[in-house]
Amino acid sequence: MAFLIIDRRPNGKHKGAVNRQRFLRRYRKHIKEAVSDAANKRSITDTDRGDQVSIPRQDVSEPQFRHGKGGRQRQTLPGNKEFVTGDKIARPVGGAGSGGSGGEPSNTGEGMDEFIFELTQQEFLDFMFDDLELPNLVKKQLKDTEAYKLIRGGYTSEGIPARLNITKSLRGAHARRIALSGAIRRQITALQEELETLEEQAESEDRVREIKTELDRLERRLNQIPFLDDFDLKYNNFIQQPLPTSSAVMFCLMDVSGSMTQDIKDLAKRFFILLHLFLKRNYHKIEIVFIRHHTAASEVDEEDFFYSRETGGTVVSSALKLMEQIVRERYPTSDWNIYAAQASDGENWADDSPQCRDLLEESILPKVQYFAYVEINSGEDQALWHAYEEILEEYSHSFAMRKVADPSDIFPVFHDLFERKPA
Amino acid sequence: MKKRKPIAEGSEWTLEVLEAYETELARVAESYGLDTYPNQIEIISAEQMMDAYSSTGMPVGYHHWSFGKQFLSTKQKYRRGHIGLAYELVINSNPCITYLMEENTLTLQALVIAHACFGHNSFFKGNYLFKTWTDASAIVNYLLFAKNYIAECEERHGVETTESLLDSCHALMNYGVDRFRRPAPISAEDEKRRQHEREEFLQAQVNDLWRTIPKKEEAKVEEWPRFPPEPQENLLYFIEKNSPLLEPWEREVVRIVRKITQYFYPQRQTKVMNEGWATFWHYTLLHTLYDEGLVTDGFMLEFLQSHTNAIFQPTFDSPYFNGISPYTLGYAIFSDIRRLCEQPTDEDKQFFPNFAGSDWLDTVHHAMVNYKDESFILQFLSPKVIRDLKLFCILDDDNEEKIEVTAIHDDSGYQRIREELAEQYNLSEQEPNIQVQEVDLRGDRSITLRHLQHDRIPLAEDDAKEVMRHLHHLWRFDVHVEIMQEELVTTRYICDEEFVRIVTGEKAAEAKS
Repeated sequence: MAFLIIDRRPNGKHKGAVNRQRFLRRYRKHIKEAVSDAANKRSITDTDRGDQVSIPRQDVSEPQFRHGKGGRQRQTLPGNKEFVTGDKIARPVGGAGSGGSGGEPSNTGEGMDEFIFELTQQEFLDFMFDDLELPNLVKKQLKDTEAYKLIRGGYTSEGIPARLNITKSLRGAHARRIALSGAIRRQITALQEELETLEEQAESEDRVREIKTELDRLERRLNQIPFLDDFDLKYNNFIQQPLPTSSAVMFCLMDVSGSMTQDIKDLAKRFFILLHLFLKRNYHKIEIVFIRHHTAASEVDEEDFFYSRETGGTVVSSALKLMEQIVRERYPTSDWNIYAAQASDGENWADDSPQCRDLLEESILPKVQYFAYVEINSGEDQALWHAYEEILEEYSHSFAMRKVADPSDIFPVFHDLFERKPA
Repeated sequence: MKKRKPIAEGSEWTLEVLEAYETELARVAESYGLDTYPNQIEIISAEQMMDAYSSTGMPVGYHHWSFGKQFLSTKQKYRRGHIGLAYELVINSNPCITYLMEENTLTLQALVIAHACFGHNSFFKGNYLFKTWTDASAIVNYLLFAKNYIAECEERHGVETTESLLDSCHALMNYGVDRFRRPAPISAEDEKRRQHEREEFLQAQVNDLWRTIPKKEEAKVEEWPRFPPEPQENLLYFIEKNSPLLEPWEREVVRIVRKITQYFYPQRQTKVMNEGWATFWHYTLLHTLYDEGLVTDGFMLEFLQSHTNAIFQPTFDSPYFNGISPYTLGYAIFSDIRRLCEQPTDEDKQFFPNFAGSDWLDTVHHAMVNYKDESFILQFLSPKVIRDLKLFCILDDDNEEKIEVTAIHDDSGYQRIREELAEQYNLSEQEPNIQVQEVDLRGDRSITLRHLQHDRIPLAEDDAKEVMRHLHHLWRFDVHVEIMQEELVTTRYICDEEFVRIVTGEKAAEAKS
């Protein structure tokens, strides 16, 4: 009988990808809600994985004409133990066994009301930044870095003896010798053959002498070819490669005074998430420092940062001072790339704004790779904004500020902030 | 019998060993008279298996979100360990394509080759339903055509439009087939009930005569022949041919869905037989190989473990109970046929005068070729199988306080269990009986469907409303569904442009206008 065995495993496994995308597109709204919930629940360092999404089963159901409950339903079941004909049994609670078509039974006790599935990380991010049109962050250029490492970069013909590559040099010399001596050797061989024939015949001694002189001359020429020429010497070459400092620290500064509502904080959180993602793709190691402030600043953990409520006034400079101090103590600029993002609704104690500006200009901006200020505020410019505007010009390469009014602004702002202009 | 050297030892498989098994199994299968399509075995990974699941195993299929949904749900369940994936998947095509999972051990691969490549394969080729309704050599080409056609529609008319059309067709999919129903065997009790019904009907006719209805209506009825002249059960076919405003491409899409459903209809009608047959044969074929010494003792132990897992039937009160397993029931009946042919008891002679003591091979083939689940159970479910599985029937009447046990595995119960279990596999009983009753040709062009209620079992309302919206999408004019109880319209669902209304009671019958 004819048959055939085919190994289909190499064929790739994404035959269903189109259908999967269709499904995701269709339930875009549901998924976005779920993703947005999940994003708010998660820590900002924890966005590098997908998540489970659940959609009410009713919404994804494919309707059919079915029998409902009720009427006279008959059923035949296996595994009778004690029943005899005519027995009356109480209905089981929950309608199990009421037969036929009353919904598919679940043997897990869950998942009946919800259609649950897994999103990949990429899909998750796509949905998270859906309105934000997230571009490929990886392609963004990094700021100039100062560390270099040497890597092998082929060979050169000049160098120090310590880097002499012996194999390569000798191999070159060998090749050169073969190349230069080839013609001479051929001549020698030809003459020797001629000599042998002449000697056998034992005649024309002139010719024999002539050949011998010629052979001598050729031998001398052959010996003149140097075993190792300067030209043969090859040295290992090293080139310098810029090495991005592999660790970065990200300062999140946020105003938590009474004027910052949870909505504003959520917006700020999105911004911090984006920044974190961006850094994560470029650095091996990232530390995050959360500094919140009202009238006084303190370093806190993420939970407190986003969710604890404070009331009272606002002194922004307190946060900048604290940041400066932390940088000085823990993050020497020679080892760390420092990024900072500040989010605020722009309110500040009036006399404090100029102080902020000075602090920023004198002690912070020289040390950081980038400082981004986001004002979440759709109204009038606030004092802090005006103060910062004054230094914008001078530090345009490492300082940026933008305004955000609603979630859809976040990405464009982020994009602006982190777009590298050619230096 | 002279013992031969085993084909292979150990549990790792290679393509060569699979080939060797196929060859040997083919030889044994032929000796048992199994007639199969040529086999094409494909090795796939788990991920690919999930892909295959979501396209009903077909190697090609058109794109639709519901397949994506199924893929995601399978994947989720698989990852959480709620389900294992099938060891194989087999397609009714010529050549018969069988997918084997790469994770299977050698023993499992041999088992599934026997199961799918010879069991299912011969069933596809032999059973009358498949012979009548499916064309194994054309299906893959047809699916390819369908896929391309629908892709073309998406390009020309937009993905959304095409997808919503497909949604609507899928909602009516179960009503896109021609079911050739066999009349149920008539019992005296049923006959009496019918007679009673007829009387009531006649009485209703007479009552009608005496009702004070406007004369005008009668006149109209005479003028216009009813359309359709007979109620139509194939809703998709009816829509394809008669829906007033569908564009040609839309009709073609309806037709594609209908054709594909029809193709799978025999499989839905023969689950028990098909799985039972395949299980019976993997058991028999591998035992034959064992008798010949071609497989080792270790192989048999592993094989028997998988086999018993496959035919395990949790009892009705077990948390794992999920209906009667088609593997268990089918295998039990087929092996019982063999038993009652080879070692008939008096009981068998009484229940199966034609089959008890006959040649078992002929009899199982006869059963495989000429029956579907419903008739197969009705004919071959023996008292012994009923006793082994301890089957019992219950009646859940919502007018009664308690559920009644109507039959158990005793002399007086066998027949009833047979009938009721068979009925459970009658697709046209499992799904509400809904047919196209009438189209208002001269009026508002509305279409009227009729649901013939049986045993007062109602329609699931929410779903019905949704389906009606889909039907409206295809028909583009009002859709009515009349719920008939004992020849009377008791409820009427009306779906117009915007929403679905429900009219009950006396008004239901007249709400048409």
